Amino acid sequence: MAILTTEHLTRRFGELTAVDDLSISVEEGEIFGLLGPNGAGKSTAIKMIITLLPPSAGRVTVGGFDLVHNASQIRRLIGYVPQILSADGTLTARENLMVFAKLYDIPRSERSKRIDESLALMELTDASDKLVKNFSGGMIRRLEIAQSMLHRPKVLFLDEPTIGLDPVGRKTVWDHIQKLRSSFGTTIFLTTHYMEEADKLCSRVAIMHLGKLAVIGAPADLKRSLNVEEATLEDVFTHYTGGLLDRGDNYREARSTRRTAKRLG
Amino acid sequence: MAVNRLKNTGNSISCFVSKTLSIAEMEVRKLRHDPTELITRAVQPALWLLVFGEVFTRVHIIPTGNLPYISFMAPGILAQSVLFIAIFYGIAVIWERDLGILHKFLVSPTPREALVLGKALSAGVRALSQVIIIYALAVLIGIGINWNPINLTLVAVVAILASALFSTFSLIIASLVKTRERFMGIGQILTMPLFFASNAIYPLSMMPSWLQVAARVNPLTYAVDAIRGLMITGGTSTYGVGLDLSVLFVGVVILILIGAKLYPKVIV
Repeated sequence: MAILTTEHLTRRFGELTAVDDLSISVEEGEIFGLLGPNGAGKSTAIKMIITLLPPSAGRVTVGGFDLVHNASQIRRLIGYVPQILSADGTLTARENLMVFAKLYDIPRSERSKRIDESLALMELTDASDKLVKNFSGGMIRRLEIAQSMLHRPKVLFLDEPTIGLDPVGRKTVWDHIQKLRSSFGTTIFLTTHYMEEADKLCSRVAIMHLGKLAVIGAPADLKRSLNVEEATLEDVFTHYTGGLLDRGDNYREARSTRRTAKRLG
Repeated sequence: MAVNRLKNTGNSISCFVSKTLSIAEMEVRKLRHDPTELITRAVQPALWLLVFGEVFTRVHIIPTGNLPYISFMAPGILAQSVLFIAIFYGIAVIWERDLGILHKFLVSPTPREALVLGKALSAGVRALSQVIIIYALAVLIGIGINWNPINLTLVAVVAILASALFSTFSLIIASLVKTRERFMGIGQILTMPLFFASNAIYPLSMMPSWLQVAARVNPLTYAVDAIRGLMITGGTSTYGVGLDLSVLFVGVVILILIGAKLYPKVIV
């Protein structure tokens, strides 16, 4: 059953059409990857789906709720981990979780238990009362996943979950994302620039290019369709995005990536 | 059904309050982990009172009736230090937008009004630390303080309201200009006129009439007026503390409603 659909989803910024007639459908329980070069419209598409940006045209439903009319119901069904490491460094891990436990209306009697569970699931129990500014990048990312899972969302959105992480951090984040799906059946919607990551994690991927959907399917099928021996998802990506250089826009995205890198030392 | 509706309303109000408070509480916890910011903020008001205040008390050029100038000015400096902190609060909004913190708050099922009010109250928390610092300075200089607990409480209320008002104003500006650079420029432009076009360091009666008009619509004037009536022995409020509090309260409500509309737009 589809838990998330977009129909002819479009967003214009003045002259620019950032997302152009995007129609996709995500099945319950799958790990779905949205891929594309910088400026392809991935972030804009996610912002619309998670209720932060009103669409110019088209329709989005999450868990049967319509985005335009039922944004507040959708907000209860989704979790979101932004691209930049955004947990509050001046608070402890537990305090970071407590704020969101309250904002998501988790009853007082359950809060501590829920927080302990989330910390244990992300293997952060030992660090729970330390200030987050002393965490490694991988730990912060896991804390943020714990934060976004407190209310047990149906769909979890991860925007570039492993950007700026070292290989070990990346590997543990992958493992934990898979654990979420097996423990809670959470549907996971992620964007990434790492084709290896998409290939390993995602049951299906959609590749966007210049705001449009270029292709959608299971990584194995997409690779096979190229009719090239030992084709990788990277080859598929290059095939559909024309291997064009970045459009050079999206200064903010570059800036935020730099800041993440800086924050991680 | 009416009972149910009442119950629902009750639930959503308590939910609204608890979410607002959890945003503010986060701020208090941050300050508890690292209070250096509160201490550095004591420097500026100390300079105003010890340097500017002492000099002008000696020269007797500002007519303050029976009050020594330094006593007249202390409430003004209290209000000013609240203003100076609150007016740059918007920079935190832009910072949180850049870090994605804001996105996480906006994706949560929290009423926008609760987010904005929570932010306003966290600015109010910082204002309370200013109140304590300036009372301590005032005692040190030998200014006569009215220690009546009702007066002390009301000064705290005025400081929180003024801080909520100016920080929400700041949040609105940040939501409109969206970048740090532009925001800093506007913040600088705003602080001095708000401060000088008020009764903070001289009475309105000294001003040319056009400036008096500006000062009368400046919310800072009402904050100063209330504090002057409440904090100092022999201090009097020109407009009445009740009116002052009402002006500030209505101002906060209006700005929160505007802020709640504009705040989500800062991410676009």
